[in-house]
Amino acid sequence: MNRTHSSITPWLLLLPAMTLLVAFTHYPAVATFWHSFFSTPKGANPAVFVGLENYALMADDPVFWRAFTNNLWFALGTIPVSIALAILMALWVNDRLMGRGLLRLAYFTPTVLPMIAVANIWLFFYTPQYGLLEQLTGALGLPSHNWLGNPNTVLGAMMVVAIWKEAGFFMIFYLAALQQISPVLAEAAGLEGASRWQYFRMVQFPLLMPTTLFVLINALINSFRLVDHIVVMTKGGPDNASSLLLYYIYEVGFAFWDSSYAAALTVVLLAMLGVIAFVKFRILDRRTHYQ
Amino acid sequence: MIPQTSNPFGERNRTLETLSAWVLGLLWLLPLLYAIWTAFHPAEFATRFSLTAPLTLKNFANAWDAAPFPRYFLNTFLLVTMILAAQMVLATLAAYAFARFEFRGSNLMFMLVLLQLMVMPDILIVENYNTMNLLGLRDTILSIGLPYFASAFGIFLLRQTFKTVPRELDEAATVEGASALQILMQVYVPLAKPIYIAFGLVSISTHWNNFLWPLIVTNSVESRPLTVGLQVFSSTDQGVDWSIITAATLMTSAPLLLAFLLFQRQFVQSFMRAGIR
Repeated sequence: MNRTHSSITPWLLLLPAMTLLVAFTHYPAVATFWHSFFSTPKGANPAVFVGLENYALMADDPVFWRAFTNNLWFALGTIPVSIALAILMALWVNDRLMGRGLLRLAYFTPTVLPMIAVANIWLFFYTPQYGLLEQLTGALGLPSHNWLGNPNTVLGAMMVVAIWKEAGFFMIFYLAALQQISPVLAEAAGLEGASRWQYFRMVQFPLLMPTTLFVLINALINSFRLVDHIVVMTKGGPDNASSLLLYYIYEVGFAFWDSSYAAALTVVLLAMLGVIAFVKFRILDRRTHYQ
Repeated sequence: MIPQTSNPFGERNRTLETLSAWVLGLLWLLPLLYAIWTAFHPAEFATRFSLTAPLTLKNFANAWDAAPFPRYFLNTFLLVTMILAAQMVLATLAAYAFARFEFRGSNLMFMLVLLQLMVMPDILIVENYNTMNLLGLRDTILSIGLPYFASAFGIFLLRQTFKTVPRELDEAATVEGASALQILMQVYVPLAKPIYIAFGLVSISTHWNNFLWPLIVTNSVESRPLTVGLQVFSSTDQGVDWSIITAATLMTSAPLLLAFLLFQRQFVQSFMRAGIR
């Protein structure tokens, strides 16, 4: 490469992307932190420095704690199940099962369908009296239940939707990884008299570990991002039982227009993502350097 | 795809596995199957499943008339095309810089890029809304797309791919007197075609389906994409009309479903080659 140009060329190549990244990712992240120490400007009253007041408010805000713990449960409830299902799906559609192509499509459709559109359909499934679930439980002679109207079941119902949405997407990554495992390994294992399960446990699963780490990080991030179905189906209710952090930020920022409190809430969300990032870069990437 | 021709594990219970796979498959298809059923039958059969129910296309006509769908389709189409074009160009340039140039601060810059994999613009909705307000862009299609123009995922994918291009190829081109941009366009870009397709499909489906940010930043028919339009229209009616909603759902998702059907094979293979495992 031309020596005199090589020092400036990469910066020119990076300039457009970096400008936008700074404008819509780095700057707003820093600005959010800064604004969380100020009050929300209202009409003639400009924002004033209030120190940690927003955070003190947050510590005493039962809705915040509800959304926070909901989010932890949401992550804990959706991630292991969707990863396990994704592996199972990938194994099945990688195998020579009847209608493999159709099955792949079936598992993958939730990823392609807009969450907001299917959320309406899920809403119908959960509707009391005449919804699909009610018709099924009714046929089995079980009592009627308002899944989304009951604080005890609403979060679980939302988790089911999230699992349904995510498992097929993660399946693609597992499928790609499975197809890179040499078929020779399966043959060798077969000759040794290994069962299908032993082959999975001793060969396939360990080889899928890098994929699992990759998917796990994505699933963690998604569990803090995925709120479309909450907006459509429950609006965080009843009694905030299905509110998640990002949904609460949306509510505070755009329904109550309290931008500084929303900023403080966002800082908490960023801190959560920061922890995930730290774990990823410091621990996981020691093994897989991007070189 | 490698077809598995033999089963090295002897006779296992294939029937049971196929059955379970299909039960799960049907469960996964259930919302779509329900949407198809309801959309093609009169409203009174939306919650009553009977084999003798007459078929109809009226729900689609009603849905089409109930909201400015042509406008929403156009908006979404413009949005998705704009984002994809910008992402491709910006990610290509940035990935090339990271893959083939040695410069001070490249590691720091790359870390700054990767940060976006964690902190997506969707999370910084309040600040980004303020920025759009300041720029006077609120309620425009551009404002929905702008935060996503620089895609860390795209930069990362292309950088990984560009790194696999043999050095000899671009040294040969340099000797021939080609400029950095010419080398990029004539050597690197053509070799990364499968990655562009995979990334394109992911980007299109993400932004076709994106909801929260467009919901916040738009408030008029002229800029609303399909997702937001669908929501506005399904929440205005008192009492939900499931037939019309499912018809609208099918209309809005059909292009993506078709695209996936057509590109399914290429899609999976691209992921394999991209080496994101």
